[in-house]
Amino acid sequence: MMRQPLIEIRDLEVEARTDAGRTIRIIKGISLSVAPGEILALIGESGSGKTTTALTLMGYTRPGCAITGGAVLLDGRDILTMSEQERRRLRGTEIAYVPQSAAAAFNPARRLIDQVVEVADIHKLMPRDEARSRAMALFRTLALPDPDRIGERYPHQVSGGQLQRLAAAMALIGGPRLMIFDEPTTALDVTTQIEVLRAFKDVLRQDAMAGVYVSHDLAVVAQIADRIAVLKDGAVQEEGLTEDILYRPSHAYTRELLAAFEPVAYAATTPAAAAKTTPRRPPVLEVKGILAGYGPRDRAGLPGKTVLLDVSCQVERGRNLGIIGESGSGKSTLARVMAGLLSPARGQVLLDGRELEPLAANRRKEELRRMQIVFQLADTALNPARSVDDILSRPLTFYHGMSGAARETRVRDLLDMVKLPVALRHRMPGELSGGQKQRVNLARALAAEPDVILCDEITSALDTVVAAAILELLKELQRELRLSYVFISHDLSTVQAICDDVMVMRHGERVELLANAALPHGARHPYSRLLFASVPRLDPGWLDSLPIEITQADRDNPISETSS
Amino acid sequence: MSGQIPLLIVGRLAIAAVTLLIISFAVFAAAQMLPGDVAEILLGQAATPQAVADLRAAMDLDSPALLRYANWLAGLATGDFGMSYVNRMPVAELISGRLANTLLLAATTTLIAVPVALLLGITTAMNQGSLYDRVITTGIISVISVPEFMIATLAVLIFAVWLKWLPALSLANEIHGLGDLLRVFAMPVITLSFVISAQMIRMTRAAVIETLKMPFIEMAVLKGASRGRIVLRHALPNAIGPIANAVALSLSYLLGGVIIVETIFNYPGVAKLMVDAVSTRDLPLIQSCAMLFCFGFLILTTCADVIAILANPRLRT
Amino acid sequence: MTNQIRGTSRFGLRMNAVGIAALLIMLFWAIMALIGPMLAPHPPGDIIDFDYFGPISAELWLGSDYLGRDIFSRILLGARYTVGISLGAVCIACFSGVVLGMTAAAIGGWFDSALSRFLDALNSIPSKLFGLVVVAAVGSSIPVLVILLAVIYTPGAYRFARALSVNANAMDYIAVARARGERTLYIIVQEILPNITGPVLADLGLRFVFIVLLLSGLSFLGLGVQPPEADWGSLVRENLGGLPFAAPAVIAPCFAIASLTISVNLLIDNLPVRIRDRS
Repeated sequence: MMRQPLIEIRDLEVEARTDAGRTIRIIKGISLSVAPGEILALIGESGSGKTTTALTLMGYTRPGCAITGGAVLLDGRDILTMSEQERRRLRGTEIAYVPQSAAAAFNPARRLIDQVVEVADIHKLMPRDEARSRAMALFRTLALPDPDRIGERYPHQVSGGQLQRLAAAMALIGGPRLMIFDEPTTALDVTTQIEVLRAFKDVLRQDAMAGVYVSHDLAVVAQIADRIAVLKDGAVQEEGLTEDILYRPSHAYTRELLAAFEPVAYAATTPAAAAKTTPRRPPVLEVKGILAGYGPRDRAGLPGKTVLLDVSCQVERGRNLGIIGESGSGKSTLARVMAGLLSPARGQVLLDGRELEPLAANRRKEELRRMQIVFQLADTALNPARSVDDILSRPLTFYHGMSGAARETRVRDLLDMVKLPVALRHRMPGELSGGQKQRVNLARALAAEPDVILCDEITSALDTVVAAAILELLKELQRELRLSYVFISHDLSTVQAICDDVMVMRHGERVELLANAALPHGARHPYSRLLFASVPRLDPGWLDSLPIEITQADRDNPISETSS
Repeated sequence: MSGQIPLLIVGRLAIAAVTLLIISFAVFAAAQMLPGDVAEILLGQAATPQAVADLRAAMDLDSPALLRYANWLAGLATGDFGMSYVNRMPVAELISGRLANTLLLAATTTLIAVPVALLLGITTAMNQGSLYDRVITTGIISVISVPEFMIATLAVLIFAVWLKWLPALSLANEIHGLGDLLRVFAMPVITLSFVISAQMIRMTRAAVIETLKMPFIEMAVLKGASRGRIVLRHALPNAIGPIANAVALSLSYLLGGVIIVETIFNYPGVAKLMVDAVSTRDLPLIQSCAMLFCFGFLILTTCADVIAILANPRLRT
Repeated sequence: MTNQIRGTSRFGLRMNAVGIAALLIMLFWAIMALIGPMLAPHPPGDIIDFDYFGPISAELWLGSDYLGRDIFSRILLGARYTVGISLGAVCIACFSGVVLGMTAAAIGGWFDSALSRFLDALNSIPSKLFGLVVVAAVGSSIPVLVILLAVIYTPGAYRFARALSVNANAMDYIAVARARGERTLYIIVQEILPNITGPVLADLGLRFVFIVLLLSGLSFLGLGVQPPEADWGSLVRENLGGLPFAAPAVIAPCFAIASLTISVNLLIDNLPVRIRDRS
């Protein structure tokens, strides 16, 4: 028996206006429905239109966009034909929204409790005191620490995971029938993510609420959704029950997404056994006892804010070292120390056994050439005022003194190596996609013909499909060019796919060093185990089966970890 | 309050003090250390070598510049503003006679301009892109882009020549009562208010628009808040710092505007005194007037910064 | 949106009607500054009419001034002073500001702090005031005016260029260049400069407007361009007596100034947008 849907989208059309003044369709005829008490997930890569669709459920579009067709029916009434006043009455009371970045959604100038109960105030739902006690009850349900007093704080005084749950409380206070979650855990560390997901699931189950969960992460969504809709380019590719989508996908795109999600098979390029029989060579890159940080140095030479406390590791020629950790672990700082962008207060960086000067400005060109760094955000790593050709030619001129025809040929070779069409040479970075920019980033590093490439979260900002392609490219290049990578990431599956050895970092210290074969179950340190257990799996029952201790490891102290 | 706040405020005051010092040096350097013999210029036709030498000795122009600077600075600190070259009177006396007039002008303008500007600035930002907004913004840009004397000239043309409501020039010695005073006073105030309001509206509007772009505003919309509520409860508390800045900076334009307005309308204030002193090269008078104005400007900007510090939510508790 | 014109899409640029109008006015004055006096219907110094403050007529397009000279021709001559002095001053100011700003951002440390503190203090002196003090001390010949105006507006250009450079410095592509081993000079010229050119030019336009207004103000007070030379501000000053008669002689130079400053402002607000359909 078909239940009457709580909310239904019919043939939705949304258009947006580009910078140049043209209008393009960003939502092309989407139809979806959500039954009462049901959770529908909207899955897709960036640009697929999932957030835009979710926002239209409240009759809202971001500036520059306009709904040009279709209907959104709540209990049979079309929201799109209502007056703005009627729509306002729905928001917060019938339908509520939990934003992606809770930190941005809270007003820094007002107390949290005031903002959480504001919906009750706006719509005159209940007296102030009642609203406050409801809020505190919600805080308790969402497992926030110190629920009676946390509301008195300001947004900058609580951590990201807590803010996200506070945003959920803010949405729940009006007793809505439909909750919209817009990628709420994307910006959180995996360990925090579990707590938040657990809290959401509890609260949704408790009130048998309907929900729309927007995400790009299939594993996260598998834990919480009853049905999944796969979006691409503003249209629904496939829709169905969670089990069906995960185990019996029918659409090609869904299969592509699932494939990108599966851990890429790891294959060592230089088998460990072979490495043992070759003559003993020093590791191509080694760091010993690094202590580094930011801020002015005190009398003992120690930095004001210490980020790395005695870190050591090494990279063998032809093999890859992965560095994995959550935010604040110091992994990116370590890369900067290796590259000579930050001078350590103690410790040394050695290249092929020879100690390097702490700062790049004092290192020899040969030494600099052999170690290159690639950054996460290709937007800021490529000079927007220089063409791709200029960007790639510079290292060629700088390191190899190339010019003229030889240099041109080499630029073409580099573009080939990273699988980019040669015609891209004359484009500016602003005209490339995220994946293309990252490839140019790589090509620039390769231009120097290095021995080691430091990859600082290079796939973290990319869509899963694009990221998978980049990883493939990295492995191929390693085989051809005998490179070594230092691969820094917060994502276990990427690191597992490509690294021979993995170092787990936490709060600036090395927690454990594991060989690839030992991942993830061979971890011995409690933090490593926690970290690996927190990575969501495609199994819908995974979250519920996690031991309670893992979800209640409260790293969230009320007054801590707030300075970024 | 967080312990940081008093520290920040003291720091800000220290910076203001250092700035004042640097300004005093710049003013002194500009007035006294540039090429051109003051004594010669003052004597004009009577500049025989002996007369020049005597005058230089009398004016103490032969001591090293830094010594003269230190003396002048010490004098300022103790209230001794020096002697006017031309009028043979203490500068302090000359200034104090006129200061009240200029302050009256400035205060009246502020009282008119600030409420008007805040109202228009906020309402245009709330209705950005509407006809109301575009009309006002166009008006503002026109007023800001043109010199103050043009506004004054147009004001005289409209109110005095065509409408004949007010006298064209304010002749201070013909005041016989409150009615005369108001009529004489009205034109300078009208001109100044226009100029200052335009600046203030523009900056306030920009500050509010910036605040309205912040992401928590969208969240408030999605909670169903009305536009009025969003502006009053969400945007304005966050815009206090930038708005205070806007008000202070605009009021500092008063300093420039008052110079033009007092001149064109013959208003007996400190600025007119200063302009007259330029043609007679009365340097002590000019230096002191300059320091007075700069001091006023510094007070305004420092207050604005202190307000911004106090309004910053991240510094609370 | 304002009406778009099928603009010069050869360059991938598009400008709307307002922007084009503004550009034309600016070009008009630029050309007049160069060849204006040659095109003047009457020699600017000659007394044409015994009827001073005369009205607009077929012979005197904007009427006559307080001596009976043709205002239109005097305005054309005045363009040379107003535009010329302002342009010279703004180029010096922006050049110094950008060089100092970029250097300060690149070197950092005490040099940056000291220079910024000093220039910020200079910025705190109201511009007309500083102008008055310097003119009182040194007089107001044309070279003095140019340098004075440049000095007054350099701190603002410095602050702007420095802020842009500091922003650019924080970008990862600068870190990449440093990690490569590039020297500071290369980074400044080849990596940072191309990125700040656009905003700096816009700032130059704004600064030009400030300088024109200040110069006119000073001339109006009798402290700018001195007779017999006359820029537009001086023209207003000498003809102020005609105000009670609503003589065009007073209003015309005002409108000349306004046309120049408003069109520069409008041009900056409506700068050509590169067409790039990255939806």
